[in-house]
Amino acid sequence: MTETAVMGTASDLLEEEEKISLRSREFGFWVYLMTDAIIFALLFATYVVLSKNSAAGPTSKDVFDLRHTAGETALLLISSLTFGMATIAMAKGLSGRVIMWLVVTLLLGLAFLAMEMMEFRGMIAKGAGPEVSGFLSAFFTLVGTHGLHVTFGSLGILAMIVQIPLKGLTPPVRSRLLRLGLFWHFLDIVWIGIFSVVYLPGVM
Amino acid sequence: MMLGRLTVDALPFYSWVAMGGAGVTIGGGVAVFLLVTYLRAWKVLWTDWLTSVDHKKIGIMYVVLSLVMLVRGFVDALMMRAQQAFALNNDGYLPPEHFEQIFSSHGTIMIFFVAMPFLTGLINIVVPQQIGARDVAFPFLNSVSLWLTAAGAGLVLVSLVVGKFSQAGWTGYPPYSGIEYSPGVGVDYWLWALIVSGVGSTLSGINFIVTIFKNRCPGMNFMRMPLFTWTALCASILIAFAFPGLTVVAAQLTLDRTLGFHFFTNGDGGNMMMFANLLWIWGHPEVYILILPAFGIFSEVVATFSRKRLFGYTSLVYATACIALLSFTVWLHHFFTMGSSSNVNAVFGIATMIIAVPTGVKIFDWLFTLYRGRIEFHPAMVFTIGFMVTFVIGGVTGVLLALPPADYLMHNSTFLVAHFHNMLIPGALFGYFAGMNYWFPKAFGFKLDVKWGIRSFWFWFIGFYLAFMPLYVLGFLGMSRRMEHYADPTWQPYLIVAGLGALCVLCGIACIAVQLYVSAKKWGSARDITGDPWNGRTLEWATSSPPAPYNFAVLPVVDDIDAFHDMKIRGTAYQVPDRYEDIVMPKSTGLGPILGGLAFVLGFAMVWYIWWLAALCLVLVLVCIGIRAFDDDSDYILPAAEVERMEKARLEQITPADLHDMRDFLPVGPASGEILPGRA
Repeated sequence: MTETAVMGTASDLLEEEEKISLRSREFGFWVYLMTDAIIFALLFATYVVLSKNSAAGPTSKDVFDLRHTAGETALLLISSLTFGMATIAMAKGLSGRVIMWLVVTLLLGLAFLAMEMMEFRGMIAKGAGPEVSGFLSAFFTLVGTHGLHVTFGSLGILAMIVQIPLKGLTPPVRSRLLRLGLFWHFLDIVWIGIFSVVYLPGVM
Repeated sequence: MMLGRLTVDALPFYSWVAMGGAGVTIGGGVAVFLLVTYLRAWKVLWTDWLTSVDHKKIGIMYVVLSLVMLVRGFVDALMMRAQQAFALNNDGYLPPEHFEQIFSSHGTIMIFFVAMPFLTGLINIVVPQQIGARDVAFPFLNSVSLWLTAAGAGLVLVSLVVGKFSQAGWTGYPPYSGIEYSPGVGVDYWLWALIVSGVGSTLSGINFIVTIFKNRCPGMNFMRMPLFTWTALCASILIAFAFPGLTVVAAQLTLDRTLGFHFFTNGDGGNMMMFANLLWIWGHPEVYILILPAFGIFSEVVATFSRKRLFGYTSLVYATACIALLSFTVWLHHFFTMGSSSNVNAVFGIATMIIAVPTGVKIFDWLFTLYRGRIEFHPAMVFTIGFMVTFVIGGVTGVLLALPPADYLMHNSTFLVAHFHNMLIPGALFGYFAGMNYWFPKAFGFKLDVKWGIRSFWFWFIGFYLAFMPLYVLGFLGMSRRMEHYADPTWQPYLIVAGLGALCVLCGIACIAVQLYVSAKKWGSARDITGDPWNGRTLEWATSSPPAPYNFAVLPVVDDIDAFHDMKIRGTAYQVPDRYEDIVMPKSTGLGPILGGLAFVLGFAMVWYIWWLAALCLVLVLVCIGIRAFDDDSDYILPAAEVERMEKARLEQITPADLHDMRDFLPVGPASGEILPGRA
């Protein structure tokens, strides 16, 4: 429910409205994450349906390397931790430390993306590109969509690294960081799904 | 190559009919351009409308888009009916590939660019006012949604001029829609129109969910929300849960077609039935996304024009929620013939029949609202009654189709075509027309002409029966849908009647055009001074017509279901507050139309494989989002003095004679209260 605006100067009123609007944005972001979760759910479902349809191409046993995946997993999970550290620093109002942890998170995210690119390039070079079979199409689409999300998340982190020194930890900046954090942790959860639905059964 | 696969051959010089379509499209665009230039209205159009983030103006633009596309989609229908009326043992006037484009674009346009924008527009105009809010939760996002929808519609329109549209039907089943059998650009136009407008719809859904959850005025708890707001909420939740599915399935088919993936191909491990599943996981909820808001409109209209409280408000709310939930459990009934086990088919068949129960509850609630009401046959009410009579027939044929063994016989026949038109024309379109007649004065400040409204109803109503009852019969006679010509002479009389029905509907559309023209011409005599032309019951009638940018100068406090009706009875309506407050308003921004324009060019570039242009658009989209993410100054303050001036000007115009006499509605003792439970 909309609260009655506190009477006072114009800037008070704007601030009050801003607070209400930021709360709506945070709720809206949760709803958006639900819609995104459905996109992933359907990509998972597609993958499960097609995972045995390797046609004449390689099967999951031929193309997955669990050690490589473990490396990717470690990078992404630690990046979630470091984003958490940035959030704690934000709660304490230490903008310098927030930026530091965001830079660490960004580097971990980029490292993850680099490893994923290596994996994709290696598979395509070995003749296991997405155009080979239904299984590989579903694999590249699911994992690639996750990677695309990590890319956008990284762009968001970059934007925040630029924005915090310019604006300081104002309420809108804090709210943006909070929402970006939700997004980043969400991608972590999706990755755990990918690890346990795609890679683990794939090598067993 | 700079232009991908776009060459001069894409222009429609190959057939007179195609050139005619392109000519009309271009002519229409040029006419609008010249008209705006002649009126010197470009600046006003840009600053007051296109860049506006006001939910009422966005709503009006949605409805305008929808009406324009309705004409386009209806021309397709007319052409199909004409072809089938004549094509007994001959080729008719349309070559097969043209006929196929027409039925594909007809379905696509009617669902995505008529029904969706119409209901989104009405929700936009009405819901924030019904819940006592000053705007939606995210006004800028609202503008982005509008322009993404318009960009999708633009892609369908442009396919008439540059290239061709899909020939694979509005559902675009592979393998026929795959690159192997449809190598042209048609299916790509269809896909990108769906992707672009689908993202817009998802964002609208999120926006309305947050608006209804967060922006309700004090006292407006969930069980006091007007029924249209309830149905808008349920439809928005369905949008947020279903439309991502459409995005996924469209993206997968795009990957199959563009990059040689194998999701739905015949060989190489593709699974084409997965397309049907994924499409209808979106597609069945979509039916209820279209119909539920119309149910909400019928509920408002039937209560207002029966002069009674809505019968069974609580049961209507629960029925709405049940329908929303069940709509996710029935998608397989669209392809019983896929060959699932009989148990699977039985589960989905029974789930389908169960939906008829809450829908039946609603019909009875509306009938009981009419019972002993003082019914006024306003066009909105007439459309509602027409809906009730006709929709029940469609429901019965739906339950028939829900039986898998019967469905095996009628699958893909014209019986099915008749059934879903029987649901969507009365169930959705009549509702939107009722809503247009009902809320038009709220949006524009003057009433629509009643006489032409009633005429439009009768033409639509009779036209509907003439056009679709023969199709039921033809389905039993064995006629498949989408036939370009046929050899059975017993079919032709029915198809001629169906064609006459389409002509009748044409008159209905013409009546709506005349209604708008006549009403606009004499608007001074039908002005809505009080903002409450029908003695309405819900909060949207408490604002002025058209409402001030902020809707409510002072946020209302609600303590009854029919909040405004209650205020009028207690004499608290139209009161001058002790003092006015400053109001925070969102600033207009050109980023919405710019993003829509970029999405249009992006879609066009992807259709024609102009990769550099697509990449450029994507980068520019990210830049726009970045600009917005750095903007913390998107609001401005409307000073209290300005609010006071506008409110005073409004209240001064209202004389006691303009107000409705509420004495009839006062409670008159226990005895009459028992006889007429819904009276006060």
